[in-house]
Amino acid sequence: MKKLLISAVSALVLGSGAAFAAGSEGHVENLDFSFENPFGTFDQQQLRRGFQVYREVCSACHGLKFVPLRSLADEGGPQMDADWVRAYAAELDEVYDPETDESRPRKETDMFPTRKGEGMGPDLSLMAKARAGFHGPYGTGISQLVNGIGGPEYIYSVLTGYTGEEVEMAGSYFYENHTFPGGLISMPAPLSEELVEYEDGTEASVHQMAEDVSAFLMWTAEPKMMARKQWGFVGVLLLGLLTTLLYLTNKRIWAPHKGKH
Amino acid sequence: MSGIPHDHYEPKTGAEKWLHERLPIVGLVYDTIMIPTPKNLNWWWIWGIVLAFCLVLQIVTGIVLVMHYTPHVDLAFASVEHIMRDVNGGYMLRYMHANGASLFFFAVYIHIFRGLYYGSYKAPREVTWIIGMVIYLAMMGTAFMGYVLPWGQMSFWGATVITGLFGAIPGIGPDIQAWLLGGPAVDNATLNRFFSLHYLLPFVIAALVGLHIWAFHTTGNNNPTGVDVRRGSKAEAEKDTLPFWPYFVIKDLFALVLVLAIFFAVVGFMPNYLGHPDNYIEANPLATPAHIVPEWYFLPFYAILRAFTADVWAVILVNKLTFGIVDAKFFGVIAMFGAIIAMALAPWLDTSKVRSGQFRPMFKWWFWLLAIDFVVLMWVGAMPTDGIYPYISLIGATYWFAYFFVLLPLLGVIEKPLPMPATIEEDFNNHYGTKAE
Repeated sequence: MKKLLISAVSALVLGSGAAFAAGSEGHVENLDFSFENPFGTFDQQQLRRGFQVYREVCSACHGLKFVPLRSLADEGGPQMDADWVRAYAAELDEVYDPETDESRPRKETDMFPTRKGEGMGPDLSLMAKARAGFHGPYGTGISQLVNGIGGPEYIYSVLTGYTGEEVEMAGSYFYENHTFPGGLISMPAPLSEELVEYEDGTEASVHQMAEDVSAFLMWTAEPKMMARKQWGFVGVLLLGLLTTLLYLTNKRIWAPHKGKH
Repeated sequence: MSGIPHDHYEPKTGAEKWLHERLPIVGLVYDTIMIPTPKNLNWWWIWGIVLAFCLVLQIVTGIVLVMHYTPHVDLAFASVEHIMRDVNGGYMLRYMHANGASLFFFAVYIHIFRGLYYGSYKAPREVTWIIGMVIYLAMMGTAFMGYVLPWGQMSFWGATVITGLFGAIPGIGPDIQAWLLGGPAVDNATLNRFFSLHYLLPFVIAALVGLHIWAFHTTGNNNPTGVDVRRGSKAEAEKDTLPFWPYFVIKDLFALVLVLAIFFAVVGFMPNYLGHPDNYIEANPLATPAHIVPEWYFLPFYAILRAFTADVWAVILVNKLTFGIVDAKFFGVIAMFGAIIAMALAPWLDTSKVRSGQFRPMFKWWFWLLAIDFVVLMWVGAMPTDGIYPYISLIGATYWFAYFFVLLPLLGVIEKPLPMPATIEEDFNNHYGTKAE
């Protein structure tokens, strides 16, 4: 039994071999998001506020090409009204339909628009999973069990990490940012105080907006997170129960041979 | 089949006899399940069952994933996102499959090191060991190709780097690389053939696992003492063994379910722990990631690959001796494959008459140093190639080879083994304070 535990624990030690070579990322602030740790869930109000920030600010230059619009109405997400989503989809850019070879209005079953071309930024669908802010402790990354991988924190830190300095290089402007790798980012500071007027009346400070949109982007990256954690609990619980039963069974069938009657 | 005397299946009813005369399949299953197993097996012997389970898990989840995946450079990444978002339970399927690969390798490494410590590779189990090494190689190929399929940045650049290793072979290297890739660079042809082989190889592994089990069922299991089961008579053999069912089936199932509980916690609560964030960025041939890091289970051998840089004297010497044909890159490739071949040769490199490390006072220490070496290599494989890291890699890689080619042959000669129990029964009874029956 002891050896079994040792070998199980060494699973975690071995896993630490996966310690990623830490990138040259700058400072990433640690926030307490509602969806961290195994019990964490998305905060629906926050997702709605974050979606509002995305829709009114980010969507000008950043697409969400892997996110179906209909998922906005899904349980566990911002859970917007299905009719609202339909109307919202119709307002967005038209989509090219290869069957008719023509453009048609966007439907809720389509994806969010893609943004490509001059001056446009990277797609944000998976940004919160494609960046890791935390690698601790000691580069093992184990802290992500309770703290998350630090993707949303990275987004938050970039959005709030502008120093206000700008640099011109080869005809392009870059903005100093103490989170973005390399320290210079081509995106000008997108947020300013009271840039959006929150529908729920929350004060729209830069920090509030940055935090909300980071939470929303965590949802776009991992929309099934809550269902997955549910699986985790059911799995651990049932397997734990089965482990106990098998332990007792094993003890019992071996007892006569080990001189324990 | 087995050399250990035990009861065989006897068809009783008419129907059983009818089938048995035509196809003795019930007898085969019965003899396999009821095989006499040394009763002193400890908890390090449970990983074989975990491995068998992993293979089934990977094949089952994999087959369902294939129903929703599209092997095309323009569609692969999006189809994985489709699985994550739209397929019922797709996120669990994919996370179980991705983390299942890690569990598979975790278990195989413990399984291999168990064999190294208890001398399971020694006569008469060399064939079991060799088949095991072939399985391990096939696992590495399968895992590598599977990692390419999501077509993220690490998929693409990992494929570029690893196939580049074959390009390091002097003369024919570039041709071999182009043949593997199906073109001059990693592209749609590469993705398609990797997909095809990723689907095929697990079934090859399944067949090899069958051979692996057949081989050790023929020789009988090794055990922590390395002492052979007595085979003089059935009565004698029964003092050393217990039938696999129910004693070891229940024991192994208990361990397996405990391991799976931990596995589910990882899948449920930190499914991306062992992955790399860059693989959530779609493959882009024009943008090289800052660090190209293989999956954790390749890191020890990746460290050995990188250890032999052009300034190492052995590399310089070989380079001169071969008139420049073997350069540092090719030397690294030879070292990486050599590290695995060294393991495979263990049965013939180990000169000790004693099987189990338990009774080898000197070997024990060197063995644990090898285990530490493996973990250190895994860690250093993920580190950059500057500062002190190349030295650590070099020392680690050198020890790996020294263990197999110097220590194993030497220890058997100079070491004085400890006294061993005469029988498995004696060992078992000493352990549990029971008396001989």
